[in-house]
Amino acid sequence: MANKHDFVCINCPMSCSLELTEENGEILEVTGNDCKIGKRYAEEEFKDPRRVVTTTVSVRSGSLPMLPVRSAEAIPKRLITDAVKSLEGIVVDAPVKLDQVVLEDVAGTGVNIIASRDLASASIQPNT
Amino acid sequence: MKKTRKPQLAVIGAGPAGLGAALAASGAGLRDVMLIERDFELGGILPQCIHDGFGSIVFKEVMTGPEYAQRFVEEIRRTDVEIMLNTMVLDMGPDMRITAVNDREGIVEIEPESIVLAMGCRERTRHQVMLPGFRPAGVITAGAAQRDINIEGLMPGRKIVILGSGDIGLIMARRFTLEGARVEGVYELMDHPGGITRNVVQCLRDFEIPLHLSHTVSFIHGRKRVEAVTVAEVDADLKPRKETERFVPCDTLCLSVGLIPENELSKHAGIQLDPVTAGPFVDERMETTVDGIFACGNVVNVFDLVDYVTHSAQVAGRGAAEYVLQGRKRQSPVKVVAGRNVKYVVPQFVSDLNRDVDFYFRVEHPERAVTARILADGKPLAGKKHKMVRPPEMLKQTTEALDVSTGEKTRELTVEVIPGGE
Repeated sequence: MANKHDFVCINCPMSCSLELTEENGEILEVTGNDCKIGKRYAEEEFKDPRRVVTTTVSVRSGSLPMLPVRSAEAIPKRLITDAVKSLEGIVVDAPVKLDQVVLEDVAGTGVNIIASRDLASASIQPNT
Repeated sequence: MKKTRKPQLAVIGAGPAGLGAALAASGAGLRDVMLIERDFELGGILPQCIHDGFGSIVFKEVMTGPEYAQRFVEEIRRTDVEIMLNTMVLDMGPDMRITAVNDREGIVEIEPESIVLAMGCRERTRHQVMLPGFRPAGVITAGAAQRDINIEGLMPGRKIVILGSGDIGLIMARRFTLEGARVEGVYELMDHPGGITRNVVQCLRDFEIPLHLSHTVSFIHGRKRVEAVTVAEVDADLKPRKETERFVPCDTLCLSVGLIPENELSKHAGIQLDPVTAGPFVDERMETTVDGIFACGNVVNVFDLVDYVTHSAQVAGRGAAEYVLQGRKRQSPVKVVAGRNVKYVVPQFVSDLNRDVDFYFRVEHPERAVTARILADGKPLAGKKHKMVRPPEMLKQTTEALDVSTGEKTRELTVEVIPGGE
């Protein structure tokens, strides 16, 4: 039986409302798209939607209490919550360098969680 | 008191605008640039904007806010720009005299040869949108909640209602959810989202957070802490319809109801502000109505993209360098008129067209298949076709340097969005 899935294209201000029709996972049709980009977007969003995850972890003796972190690459959308949960309780020691690995292979994705900035130790003012 | 400092340029604020301006001025040959920042580190609001989506125009890659800031911080450390942290500017007079204060020198008097204003903007609060009800704890602006969570590691609440669908409100809906709070819904007064589609999809739809368009909060309940809000649909005049009122229990009301350029200092200096943008009138060099005082970034008007903030900062920084090193006097400026379906344009004035000029503008209402173009006395200078334009997505159009040797004097520039496009 054919199923329909709705998406809103994010690639330009047109914000096309897309409808993808599939049967047993096989894409039959995309409608509502104004251009090729919209068709490809709907297909990706159906087959393997991915997002870069950004959150924070605690820092020990840093100039700030929290460190912003990100996934080095986009991970499957369905694993976002698991990825953030697996960072619970992680405490990083200052100083921290940009791109420093905070957690390897988050939620079994093969993608690392890395620091989004340098963070100095508490006693050192970062920009002086 | 210490000796009065006399740099070639003082930049007020070290967010993306101030960093970009100081770097550009230094790169254009100013050797004595002072960058004044009230926080303990550089970057302005970027360190708390931990989500991605920055830098796609300036760096051709997608970065988080802290990463974007760090690029500029690393670059400015390689220059001789003097960085004054933990320093608050208290006053700025029409004579360009700046009074600042910090914990090392006390009161600092600065008489620079030029100034770049880069103070950014502030969030509107419940009082500026006149939300009725009690005044309990738990009513917080989206940016303040963002700082609490991302910088301080504090949770403002557990059951959240968000009023306003500006980009920061959408970003915070996702952020609250990832941190384990429950976002009951996002309520938007207008019949369209205030933020960009990408954020509606990736911050709300991805997490199944409902967006209620044409809704507002009509009452805040709770004597000490927020206990609930009453929400209601609005009519054509944007007034709550009593019969649609609904009681929504929550412990936090998070507001994303707009940003206002921060211009208290500008007013003291006698700079004229545009009532539409709430920022200074500027010309093509981002020079305000006071000679030698420039402005860039969100103090001028609220840009959607940090990349545009950086571009405007580079123009302002180069303009200040030119002013100091060449002692340039301004020509009589030509007014830039907001034409059909254009709400406002920055810059509002142009003194010289003998250089590339970036025009930033917003449409008044969404429109399909249009051409956005710049006219000089009715003659098109530049234009671009757009499939769709919307008020939340700012447009940028650059005019190429005109050959001034033709001697033609332009009387009026117009920016308009007209039907006919792709």
